[in-house]
Amino acid sequence: MKNAGIIMIVGSLLLLGLFQFPLWTIMLGAPQYPEPLGMHIFVNGIRGVSEFDVQNINGLNHYIGMKVLPTADEMWEFQAFPKILIAIVSLGVIIGILMAMKKISHNWALIWFVAMSILGILGMYDFNLWMYDYGTNLDPNAIMKLMDADGNPMTYKPPLFGFQKLLNFDVESLPNVGAYMMFVGMSLTVLAFFVGRKSATTT
Amino acid sequence: MKKLINSLIVLALVGTAISCSNSESGGKSNKGALASSAAEKVYVAPGEHDEFYAFMSGGYSGNLTVYGLPSGRMFKEIPVFSQFPTSGYGYSEETKPMLNTSFGFVPWDDAHHPDISQTNGELDGRWIFINGNNTPRIARISLTTFETEEIIEVPNSAGNHSSSFITENTEYVVAGTRFSVPIPQKDMPIKDYKSNFKGSLSFISVDPEHGHMDIKFQLMMPGFNYDLSHPGRDKSHGWFFFTTYNTEEANSLLEVNASQNDKDFIAAVNWKKIEEYVNNGGGTMMPANYAHNVYDESTHTATTTMKKEVLTVDPLKVPGAVYFLPTPKSPHGCDVDPSGQYIIGNGKLSADLTVHSFDKMIAAIEAEKFDGEAYGIPILKFEDVLAGTVKSGGLGPLHTEFDGKGNAYTTFFISSEVVKWKLGTWEVIDRKPTYYSVGHLMIPGGNSRKPFGKYVVAMNKITKDRYLPVGPEMEHSAQIYDISGEKMELIYDFPTHGEPHYAAGCPAELLKNNAKKIYRLDENKHPYAITSPDQAKVERKGNEVHIYMSTIRSHFTPDNIEGVKVGDKVYFHITNHEQDFDVPHGFSMIGQNSSELLIMPGQTKTNTWEPKKVGVWPFYCTDFCSALHQEMQGYIRVSPADSDIELSWSLGED
Repeated sequence: MKNAGIIMIVGSLLLLGLFQFPLWTIMLGAPQYPEPLGMHIFVNGIRGVSEFDVQNINGLNHYIGMKVLPTADEMWEFQAFPKILIAIVSLGVIIGILMAMKKISHNWALIWFVAMSILGILGMYDFNLWMYDYGTNLDPNAIMKLMDADGNPMTYKPPLFGFQKLLNFDVESLPNVGAYMMFVGMSLTVLAFFVGRKSATTT
Repeated sequence: MKKLINSLIVLALVGTAISCSNSESGGKSNKGALASSAAEKVYVAPGEHDEFYAFMSGGYSGNLTVYGLPSGRMFKEIPVFSQFPTSGYGYSEETKPMLNTSFGFVPWDDAHHPDISQTNGELDGRWIFINGNNTPRIARISLTTFETEEIIEVPNSAGNHSSSFITENTEYVVAGTRFSVPIPQKDMPIKDYKSNFKGSLSFISVDPEHGHMDIKFQLMMPGFNYDLSHPGRDKSHGWFFFTTYNTEEANSLLEVNASQNDKDFIAAVNWKKIEEYVNNGGGTMMPANYAHNVYDESTHTATTTMKKEVLTVDPLKVPGAVYFLPTPKSPHGCDVDPSGQYIIGNGKLSADLTVHSFDKMIAAIEAEKFDGEAYGIPILKFEDVLAGTVKSGGLGPLHTEFDGKGNAYTTFFISSEVVKWKLGTWEVIDRKPTYYSVGHLMIPGGNSRKPFGKYVVAMNKITKDRYLPVGPEMEHSAQIYDISGEKMELIYDFPTHGEPHYAAGCPAELLKNNAKKIYRLDENKHPYAITSPDQAKVERKGNEVHIYMSTIRSHFTPDNIEGVKVGDKVYFHITNHEQDFDVPHGFSMIGQNSSELLIMPGQTKTNTWEPKKVGVWPFYCTDFCSALHQEMQGYIRVSPADSDIELSWSLGED
């Protein structure tokens, strides 16, 4: 049970990587951008892959009427997510400690995992909603108002995952180090559950 | 666990190796012993980069052009001594001071000999220097922005030709006079030239941090013509060598009268000795008047300071500082091999090259074996300093460069060829024709301890039929030879801009990762810069109107201005708010008696306009900045001089 507790603690702490590393990265390459523009999405804000990328993405997006990318204080998510994350990591560590001290059951690891998964899915859903709004809620006075093949107004929602062609841009949206650390961390909490269960059945 | 860590390290190393080999942009496959065609050797595929930079002097264009080798593609023309309407250099308020001299504003010069800064005798890629020959000046160009940052005028000089060559730690950039003149200048008969005129050799110190130039001292030499020069290096570091002609001191019909002496001199100057003399208080401060123009990257603005004195040194007051090495037939180029041992005098009226030995020169000086003197300066015996003679079989040797593998390459103007010969044995290995009448040649790093002996570029004076005819006036021609093998191979031929006198080259890797992409707006300290469009404004100061304007794709802020009157002087201070690579904006105003401005991201430039006619006059962006470039335009309403319309400005209002 001690091992399971330690694994639970390590797994939870890995989520702190989200403060240091981007969760997601969207790269925009085009013929005239041999070095692609890019934005890193952190839990607490959006930053350019290169220093002026956000400014330059905004500059290009104004042609098609997209809003400027939100700064950290313009979106409630960038205020709330860090707090939620701290809370859930703390909870995971406490569960781990209590598991190691054999005060609580290994089932708490699984409960934490399920709770975290639900929050994660909600987060992704929210992120996708924002991207939908960002890509479709366009300025009616946009310089370029383009239609798709069916005659409907073009939308510019970046893909949630993977590759998409948007006008002259090749857009690639992929998880980054923060997300991988979260994935490994969450997997460890599941491992903590199984290790905990195994030691519970053998003793 | 340890095993796992080890294998992770191995994986990481493999990853690095793969990414390193991927990042090689050259991508040339090695074809081994199979001889490839000339076309393959110069072909740089679309999107690939050249192996070397070549900086070609523009001669009478006054500028410096940047080429790639081996492709011969031109990348940029850097304005140096000439006004350049393409960017507004020499027209904008910020850059006009760059062309100030003691003669006033001089908008042109004859740019000759570029030289890249060195550390320990090897190219370091910080700056490139070039001389203005006509109104004596030396310029320093940054190799991160590829823009001219500083120009210093050289007083007491006339025809600044034996310039601008640098010592092996960039201690000095050296500028010698071609014409001897009265020093100080005075009203006197020309025929009294002999023994009254002087030739000045200027040693200009270079600040190792900022590159700022300052004339440390001027050596006042006899009234010969100082043609070309090169620094000693390695063992001969501390010496500088200058070729002379017209040791006859003729003042008229020089083509005959300056060609009478069988031998002229190479002047060997021990600058370390003179530096010591000067540092100990030696030399005479002399009144002078010369301009020092410095461009500040943070204010994007140049300022001129007139300097009022210069330290002169009489060579006779510094024993052991200067010696003359007799050298046949009006030598032109004066070249020192990478080891510093051989000093080559290219006797332009002869068939042979004279090679002097530095060791023999030192031995002769120590043994005091002199063959008389000229104006008190000891002349060494020709035979005592001679290392060898290259019996070239060519005619009119001008310049020699080195490949770092023990070979030298000399241009022959009259017989129009490049001759490869061996240092030490003096035997001719190969010769190839040039098209036509070659002047200088360049091997990247050829004027350093470490040449990159893969290509030699021959810069020709005569073009004639090399390219499609374009009338009587045409560009000059250059040829590239592959010199990696025993025999030279002509692989390419391309036109050059202006008249390149010499060039300097270096491996692309030395510069390409340091080249600036944008100027940071948050570092812009220009007094008229605005860092946000809401700071845009128009101010009147008497009849001066100052417009603080910004640009971003694709509009000017403001773009409608009223309240300007006939008789006003309008200053457009334009800041480009882009922070994206290669997004300049241009600016031009109808009827402007000036050039356009081309403003790089983060930069501020100023131009003036004096409206002469009442009306509504347009301005527009001259650089195709975006799909909405044609829409990037604006109007200025010009009212009569006595109008009482107040200044107003706007953007996007009705």
